[in-house]
Amino acid sequence: MSTIRLDHVSRWYRNVVAVNDVSMTLGPGVTGLLGPNGAGKSTLIAMMSGFLAPSAGTVTLDGDPLWRNQEIYRKVGLVPEREALFDYLTGLRFVLVNAELQGLPDPGAAAQRAIAMVEMADAQDRAIATYSKGMRQRIKMAASLVHDPSVLLLDEPFNGMDPRQRMHLMQLLRTMGAEGRTVLFSSHILEEVEQVARQVEVMVAGRHAASGDFGAIRRLMTDRPNRFVLRSADDRKLAGVLLTDPSVRGVRLRAEGGIELEASDFGRFSEVLPRLARDHGVRLLEVSPTDESLESVFSYLVAR
Amino acid sequence: MSTSTRPGLSPTIVELGVRSVFGRRRGVLLFVLPLVLVGLAILVRALVGVDEDAAEGTLYGLGLVVVVPLVSLLGTTGVLAPEIDDGSIAYLLSKPISRHTIVLSKLTVATGASVVFGTLPMLLAGFVLMPGDPRFVLGFALAALLAGVTYCVVFALASMLNRHAVVIGLIYVLVWEGLLGGLLSGVRWLSVTQWAAAVGGRIVDPDATQDLSLGYALVATVVVLVGGTWWAGRRLRSFNIAGEE
Repeated sequence: MSTIRLDHVSRWYRNVVAVNDVSMTLGPGVTGLLGPNGAGKSTLIAMMSGFLAPSAGTVTLDGDPLWRNQEIYRKVGLVPEREALFDYLTGLRFVLVNAELQGLPDPGAAAQRAIAMVEMADAQDRAIATYSKGMRQRIKMAASLVHDPSVLLLDEPFNGMDPRQRMHLMQLLRTMGAEGRTVLFSSHILEEVEQVARQVEVMVAGRHAASGDFGAIRRLMTDRPNRFVLRSADDRKLAGVLLTDPSVRGVRLRAEGGIELEASDFGRFSEVLPRLARDHGVRLLEVSPTDESLESVFSYLVAR
Repeated sequence: MSTSTRPGLSPTIVELGVRSVFGRRRGVLLFVLPLVLVGLAILVRALVGVDEDAAEGTLYGLGLVVVVPLVSLLGTTGVLAPEIDDGSIAYLLSKPISRHTIVLSKLTVATGASVVFGTLPMLLAGFVLMPGDPRFVLGFALAALLAGVTYCVVFALASMLNRHAVVIGLIYVLVWEGLLGGLLSGVRWLSVTQWAAAVGGRIVDPDATQDLSLGYALVATVVVLVGGTWWAGRRLRSFNIAGEE
């Protein structure tokens, strides 16, 4: 059982702040590090991996500093985002190299065990250069698991995977978490995090925007005001009807046609809209959200 | 296998290094450069015969100033630069191994390449040019050995300090050692080639007066070898690998 602790951690590159005063504690189980691209997730993981010094604050693993401390790698397994591997090696040799560098007593057995765990035994004798993206990800996982680490850090592990590979990796991460390992993975996709992680840490623009179990984060995100553009057979009539419902905060008729609408309760609004339209005989032609981008969801969280 | 954090050699990293140097296209250049040197030595010998000035011109001007540093540059950057460039060095750094072990293991591969493709061809070219003068041949071979190893350390450090180590190394070899080294006498104080030549020159002709004292040349070489290796290890210890952001 291992715990990574970040205490008022900042990291800046000259005058650009990548991570701004982040404090969090990561314990056993799967934690998702969620945030849009450029939010500082990779910088945070680099600091947790001992690959980057914090400009301010401390990052520790079970009380020991991670920076300039190669002993931590006996406990930490790392799956970097970058694709580069030793392409000229076979999958087996690559995992074996990692086992040897870890100084394991029986590198061969450890390599075979790790390869079996990621179900890559059939392809282990092929050169990595011939692997698909998903296979590369799995052999990277095997290499990071070869010394049975108590901490597993994965930077955007689902990038470029097909749905089947994604499912398989999700299952693997759940198993790792259930075994009591401290697993952290980063992602910019809400649904990925939701399916694997119990605990979610949200990063936006270098700041730690939210933290909690997935239900709490999900509620924070869906409770925010949502904006839509509607087009219907009778915009004026529909606007009047919708304004009578408490889930709607405001409507505006657009000069070019259609209605701009702000809903304060997304769940209720999505039920009420089709019913009211039908009851009042107004045909709905189009309903489109105007700010559904992840960035707007995240910036709402930051503004709270 | 090196598992402790005490500096040593890691056979695994040495094996990866050898495959990295020869597994790439520019590894072919390692074979071409010594062929050019030996080929030119054969040509000079055929055209001029056994002539000390011609032999010295060939071994110094082409061998020590061009081939030996370039071989060291190819060997060292081949073993370090690609992994730093593509980020795969993360797999070496995320292990409980002394950073000095990583540097020493990589330098072992680079200096091995420098001996095989720099020192040995110099020895061969020396025998072709001056078959009856073993002191002359050994003097130049020793200079090639010293220069080759020292260059490996210099270029290893350059790879750690800057992503454009190959370009910087090429400019250093061609402009500093090649061009300015021949024009400005002050360059000798900061020239790896001329330090090595001063040491080798003592064997070729112990009585000849040298521009550089043997003591200075030896001390400067040792300072660069030890200091550069230590600095490279230290630099690797604080090596920042950021993500894609």
